[in-house]
Amino acid sequence: MTINTLVNLHRQLKKKTISSIELTKESIKSAQNSSLNAFITVTDEQAFQTAEQHTGNNFTSTITGIPIAQKDLFCTEGVLTSCGSKILENFISPYNATVTEKLNIAGAISIGKTNLDEFAMGSSNESSFYGAVDNPWDTSRVPGGSSGGSAAAVAAGIVPFATGSDTGGSVRQPAAYCNLTGVKPTYGRCSRYGMIAYASSLDQAGTFTHTAEDAAIALNAISGFDEKDSTSLNVANEDFSAHLNDSVEGIKIGIPQEFFNADLNNEVAILIEDAIKEYEKLGAQIVPVSLANSHLALPAYYIIAPAEASSNLSRFDGVRYGFRATNFDDLHDMYTKTRSEGFGAEVQKRIMLGAYALSSGYYDAYYAKAQKLRRLITNDYLSAFEQCDVILGPTTPEPAFKKGSNADPVSMYLNDIYTVTANLSGLPAASIPAGFTKNGLPVGMQLTTPHLKEAKLLNIAHQFQLNTDWHTKTPEGYTILGATGGAA
Amino acid sequence: MSSKHTLDKETVLNIAKLARLELSPEDIEKYQQDLSGILTLAEQMNACDTNQIEVMTHPMDAQLRLREDKVTETDQHEKFQTIAPKTDKDLYLVPKVID
Repeated sequence: MTINTLVNLHRQLKKKTISSIELTKESIKSAQNSSLNAFITVTDEQAFQTAEQHTGNNFTSTITGIPIAQKDLFCTEGVLTSCGSKILENFISPYNATVTEKLNIAGAISIGKTNLDEFAMGSSNESSFYGAVDNPWDTSRVPGGSSGGSAAAVAAGIVPFATGSDTGGSVRQPAAYCNLTGVKPTYGRCSRYGMIAYASSLDQAGTFTHTAEDAAIALNAISGFDEKDSTSLNVANEDFSAHLNDSVEGIKIGIPQEFFNADLNNEVAILIEDAIKEYEKLGAQIVPVSLANSHLALPAYYIIAPAEASSNLSRFDGVRYGFRATNFDDLHDMYTKTRSEGFGAEVQKRIMLGAYALSSGYYDAYYAKAQKLRRLITNDYLSAFEQCDVILGPTTPEPAFKKGSNADPVSMYLNDIYTVTANLSGLPAASIPAGFTKNGLPVGMQLTTPHLKEAKLLNIAHQFQLNTDWHTKTPEGYTILGATGGAA
Repeated sequence: MSSKHTLDKETVLNIAKLARLELSPEDIEKYQQDLSGILTLAEQMNACDTNQIEVMTHPMDAQLRLREDKVTETDQHEKFQTIAPKTDKDLYLVPKVID
């Protein structure tokens, strides 16, 4: 069995070999029957209502009439938006996130909200209040995190596209672990309005699809300037599909030597070397570049992100929405009990870390220091881009790990060493399939381009996918959406 | 060079208090260990001299946009209050603060 893409499903819908209603039924059935725990809520009623509207030939976008899924941190009006936390276990959002709104306008049929690490804090999806998610490639392993449910849902063929968010690698790392194309656009490309905040200066919405071609379509749908987000970039909309077919002959690919260090698993390293050779065959020129301060990115990230989280998560106090503890002495005690009972251990840990880093006497040593390193890390990228068009390296040091195997937080955080740099510098980056280990686990390669060069990023990814078939592989034992209904 | 960073129990309890969190006695040691581990990782930052470097608060050094001070949202307090834990006559109810 092979993948089914947005492009192909759109073709099937246009030819009327399958209908939106049939696709929606099939997608919901497979979400409900799935044992991966990829979904927190399946919104079958709303999905069928939307599908009913797409019986004609009115396609506003390639996504129109196709079932998709949304990470459960995008607010969806009238639907539980839990962010994987007990503290929002009863939060029926009264409004839509801009990303949700845009997907509605594009005519996408959201079939539900996917599982995630609580408040997107994690690299394994194990910190979710709603339980861990299985990796469809090996159910004893994690799908990655924090957008683990979205990655598992696309990898298992339940939907061809799901949204994610990426604060330190939360789209790219699960994409690598699940053999998907995961894109984190430039900071500010997609509105953060209605996307529950983790670390505001790093958070960015992203996409999970099988192909770069589909990622361009998905990104076209969810990106764009939004007045409701004060960090949204006021730049003209562009068609991210426009340059997919440009040749990569003569482009310069930068290889950062720092990303091929002792932390990198040997099998992963070999597959990335092979990918580099593939690009050379396509006429690309390989240039060594240096990101000399990249080893400081992880410590800087694990100060900045928790500091911003401790500030953002102060809004959860049991007064205006969400969970409130039942037994307390006074107002102070109500806040404390609500938060202690409502947040899980990883979230409490990061809130405390942030509170410490921001507390009187420590601000300069931690938060300000980390923000200065952030500039050095960004400067490294900007000078590297004077010598190359794109930077290529591994997405993660290892393939998907076993559930429960990373009990120590620092060893868990090491999964993010190659991904956090793009968040600190706001750069667009993607993880695309680069092959499999001997055990059959997928490996991802990361591509990073200068700010706002997503079209170039997807062009470079697409050209690789035209010449390789790693991205077309699917795990065994899953029914791919639309594969039986009038395959093209 | 980086050094090991250890948080004592009192510091952990004080941070928890600042963050409005209550730790159960059996969890304190685990938090102490985990937070100390992460702060030891953070110590690596000190290996780099940043005296001449300006802080970077936005990835593209963009300024936050201000908007005109005019009403754009309609009154939706009823909709918002239906999801509140406890309300009464348009008010959010919390435990008594003043006797």
